[in-house]
Amino acid sequence: MSAPQAAISRRTFLQSSLTASGGLLLQPVLSRAAFAQDAPAAPNPIGLYLRIERDNRVFIGARGAEIGQGVKTSLPMIIADELDAAWADVTVEQLPLGIDFSGPTPQWKYGPQGAGGSTSIPDAWADLRQVGAQARALMRRAAAARWGVAPDAVGTRDGHALHPDGRRLSYGELAAAAAALPMAAEPATPKPRGEYRIIGRPQRVVDAPEIVTGRARYGIDVYEPGACTAVVLRCPYFDGDLARYDDRAARAVPGVRAVVVVPGPKPGEPLTANLATGIAVVADDTWSALKGREALEVEWTHGPHSAETSTALDAQCGELLARRGQIVRDDGDFSAARAGAARVVSARYRVPFVSHAPLEPENCFVHVMADRARVIGPFQQPAGAQRAVNLVTGIPRPAIAVEMTRSGGGFGRKLTNDFVAEAALISKATGLPIKLMWTRSDDLQHDFFRPFGHHELVAALDAAGAVSGWTHRLASASKYYRRPNVKPEDLWTAELYPDDFPARLVPNYRLEWHAVSSGIPRGSWRAPAHTANAFVVQSFLDEVAEASGQDPLALRLAMLGADREFDYAQHGGPKFSTGRLRTVLERVAAAIGWGRALPKGRGIGLAAHFTFGGYAAHAIEVEVSARGELAFRRVVCAIDCGQPVNPLGIEAQMQGGTIDGLSTALNLEITIRDGRVEQSNFDGYPLATLAQMPRDIEVIVVDSAESPAGCGEMGIPTAAPALMNAIHAACGVRIRSLPLSDQLRQALRSA
Amino acid sequence: MSIRLTVNGVEREFGGDGDMPLLWYLRDHARLTGTKYGCGGGFCGACTVLVDGQPQRSCLLPVAALAGRAVLTIEGLGGSGLHAVQQAWIEEDVAQCGYCQAGQILAAAALLERKPDPSPEDIDTIGNYCRCGTYVRIRKAIARAARELKK
Repeated sequence: MSAPQAAISRRTFLQSSLTASGGLLLQPVLSRAAFAQDAPAAPNPIGLYLRIERDNRVFIGARGAEIGQGVKTSLPMIIADELDAAWADVTVEQLPLGIDFSGPTPQWKYGPQGAGGSTSIPDAWADLRQVGAQARALMRRAAAARWGVAPDAVGTRDGHALHPDGRRLSYGELAAAAAALPMAAEPATPKPRGEYRIIGRPQRVVDAPEIVTGRARYGIDVYEPGACTAVVLRCPYFDGDLARYDDRAARAVPGVRAVVVVPGPKPGEPLTANLATGIAVVADDTWSALKGREALEVEWTHGPHSAETSTALDAQCGELLARRGQIVRDDGDFSAARAGAARVVSARYRVPFVSHAPLEPENCFVHVMADRARVIGPFQQPAGAQRAVNLVTGIPRPAIAVEMTRSGGGFGRKLTNDFVAEAALISKATGLPIKLMWTRSDDLQHDFFRPFGHHELVAALDAAGAVSGWTHRLASASKYYRRPNVKPEDLWTAELYPDDFPARLVPNYRLEWHAVSSGIPRGSWRAPAHTANAFVVQSFLDEVAEASGQDPLALRLAMLGADREFDYAQHGGPKFSTGRLRTVLERVAAAIGWGRALPKGRGIGLAAHFTFGGYAAHAIEVEVSARGELAFRRVVCAIDCGQPVNPLGIEAQMQGGTIDGLSTALNLEITIRDGRVEQSNFDGYPLATLAQMPRDIEVIVVDSAESPAGCGEMGIPTAAPALMNAIHAACGVRIRSLPLSDQLRQALRSA
Repeated sequence: MSIRLTVNGVEREFGGDGDMPLLWYLRDHARLTGTKYGCGGGFCGACTVLVDGQPQRSCLLPVAALAGRAVLTIEGLGGSGLHAVQQAWIEEDVAQCGYCQAGQILAAAALLERKPDPSPEDIDTIGNYCRCGTYVRIRKAIARAARELKK
């Protein structure tokens, strides 16, 4: 996604000033003009990064979109630690979207605000430490002036400046004096690692008191005065359109205010706004809108993909893989390695379409006015929400105010702002402030699904069992679905990451891609192609190990070889360390007791993978009964995401990622029939419940001084292959097609 | 004909459509927005409330069926403070996105009323979805709340 880039120099990054109540205010320098209009007499949390009041309360602005990944807690922790604040004094306030349009190119006021690609933490590490460190430097200088000592002689701790003789001044007492000091011309020096007091220590979710009492505000909790609720009946056929409709009965439903057609994109055109043609019913409340929608009589054209079915897509993959595709990496000479191999192992795998299904479906509030607009909602890309409203209304972006609520999950669904464009179109057409609500059915039928694909893997082994050649051939429907500015020859880049394991570790290595033609919308699903590729690569390693009589752990360690770093050109680089991957693998193997004798029907599986700068591994022990019933015995995962910022949050993300990976691998699949999605609620798309999931998930957080990576996505990719490897070890059944569904019962019945 | 019901101990009267699911009455009309919409089909449990102490999916209950009955939502669970389950939820840092948690907490509170010392199998009966996968900490929080309630 294109986004304005922070090009603010560190030197002019922050501006200090006095708050109305005599505290210190640190704000990004670019927002100063905007803030001045906001009447400093009534301090507005909007526009602030950091505010220290005379009573020692510290207000920290949270810039990131909070979707459950914990950035509203972890990003302020970074500022608070560098400031040497007492975490108990800190109140976190959500910042709105901040983009400065006064220069030649838009610039972030607060830095990047999107939630995608596990980037929030590494981005914050790069700039938010400065916010805290500069504020701390001001406090030290203010205290030094008060005491008549050199600033270097002033220590800080828990919201206080410390005199060498033991005297203390609270930050609140120093705030007014600090606000009068000029900012240092040079960047402040962040703390050395040994002095962290908040970073690296477990901190609970800052909004927990609001969450457990129902007061936390999500998108669907936005009730703006005068707003009407809109629901949309959309064409369920991919690229279908409206044939005819009758809205008389809908308009007659009490509470219904308006019924408007929302035109969708033209077939084949790049997709930049709403996803499908629909009819919006606008009403006084949700129930009236839903009843009005129920009363619509509509006929749809079935569109150009009406013959598409899941079975036909499987057949298409088979045909594609019988041919030669686009070679996207070709090291050495795989064909020669294969011809000269002592043993060749091959297998095909299938990964289905899956849906994001955030528990809070898409929704948002949009009020399009004559020359400006207001937007409030649960976004992963608030800047994209602004662009979407600009695109469909023509209102200039600086006149579009965007506020983020908490989001009831994202998983990549809310990276796309189709629903925002849709709400803006409805508001524009009706002149009303609109709260657009999607139902679960809307969400499952109209998603940007995780790509489906068939994978063929071939390994060539020499006489000693070493892997000398490796090919991964993939036929998939690219995640880059109707994206503007993506050339057909680049569609593969969302499907295969050429520097992923085991590239460079196998001398003759080839990656090949085939484009599957499909009308179903696709998009980014938490840990995108890593979910598919880690599943097939890590499953196949076990198949290679079995075929060549090797231990699966020993084979992986042999392939990783000596600890070293390789360049990694894709997202998550610039380096990939074999040693860090080895470490997480060894840690989970040791924790679960790899190699110990197990009773019949039990097995342990391993998997390890590098995702977006983080290294993760799973070891899972399962039991499979003679009738094919699966039970989890033990689940261990390890993560090396560099310097841990919030270990409690990391554990949560790894547990949640594990469950996401397992739930998806066990039961979830989106199927297509007659050019539309078959599933329309959770009865057809059953997320795992508590009873179906492991009772415990042990998380090993590897301590590290490396720059931190995010960890919202690392917990998923290795969960499914570790599970399938465990199942194979337990009962000999190799699962090559996801989801597991009832495959075990079927296989063991026929055995 | 208006409908009279009790929500969090307060008598309320609703003169609108009796077919309206309790969920939308609570959210759009009573403005008790802690009860969440997740699926509208009774599958996910995000809309769980207690009706006369029993967990119910409010997306499936017409408000007319609540006449004369007592509804407890997350806003009313703790009275003027926090219920032991809410406190345990904070202590165990259960929430990720937090969206399903009101329903989870109410389901857990109802379970502990019935089973003050719940086994893992008893906890298994809570079928509320958590899309973020907080199930491990939900188990811990229920165990913690059970210990606190026994004190």
